[in-house]
Amino acid sequence: MKLWLVFFLVWSASSFASIETYPFVTSQQEATYTELVNELRCVVCQNQNLSDSNAKLAKDLRTQIHQLVVTEHADKQTVIDYMVVRYGEFVLYKPPFALNTLLLWFAPLLFLGFGIVVAIRMMRHVTDGNETI
Amino acid sequence: MNARLPLIIFAALVVLLGIGLTLNPKTVPSPLVGKPAPNFDLPDLMNNETMHNPADWQGKVWMLTVWASWCSTCVQEQAVLNQLKHDMPQLWLVGLNYKDDDAEAQAWLKRYGNPYTVVAVDTLGKAGIDWGVYGVPETFIIDKTGKIRHKITGALTRPILAKEVLPLLQQLGAGDAP
Repeated sequence: MKLWLVFFLVWSASSFASIETYPFVTSQQEATYTELVNELRCVVCQNQNLSDSNAKLAKDLRTQIHQLVVTEHADKQTVIDYMVVRYGEFVLYKPPFALNTLLLWFAPLLFLGFGIVVAIRMMRHVTDGNETI
Repeated sequence: MNARLPLIIFAALVVLLGIGLTLNPKTVPSPLVGKPAPNFDLPDLMNNETMHNPADWQGKVWMLTVWASWCSTCVQEQAVLNQLKHDMPQLWLVGLNYKDDDAEAQAWLKRYGNPYTVVAVDTLGKAGIDWGVYGVPETFIIDKTGKIRHKITGALTRPILAKEVLPLLQQLGAGDAP
């Protein structure tokens, strides 16, 4: 039983340790690459970014992004656009600020406003009740 | 305050989450539908000297099937494609052999049938990235002007063929003389 546990622990650790290393010319390129693979979503796995994923496609995309950044000197936005053209806005963890995402961006504010209204009403209710006693 | 309000909010939440549950999180909507087909320049599976480029098929309605010999779903799909080729022999059917070994791909076609007009080889998966491929098999339908009109992710089944593919191919005039 314990042996099995050890086996699975070792196995799971090794499966997360396969991120390849890439050579970079400048530290700026490395920073751009790291930001990109952390911010872009893996298309074949649910809720993992490109840097976390072991999927073959994620690996291919990391290679492709590395090539774009180092060989073709692409900046961050160029790579993001490159990915969105091919895989859609699905790849973005940070949604763009657009008409169809307005609700998404303002939902927290809406909920806050709703909460304040409810709280004020409840407080008024309590004070009203106190006065009648 | 209205005592029924929490119930109303609860009901709204149930409806919202219910809709969320029926959506398939694995379906990634393709931004390529309605856009011009991405270009590639890839060798033929049977003859590496011959190159294939979508520009060569301008003026034709064509269908691109992304497949591989390591893809188990492709076996089921192949029966449907063979039938399609039999029913519509004039259809320009392009196979994109994705991240595969040439010899294994050739053997696979011998075993399960080859309905393709041409097969282009994408060993590195670069064309796959340009076409936004994220799983195999995938099917694209391209019209005479070179625009992608439809994309099917996963196996092309008989119901999908009858409901989505055949009507569209007929509407686009597949198989007409260019």
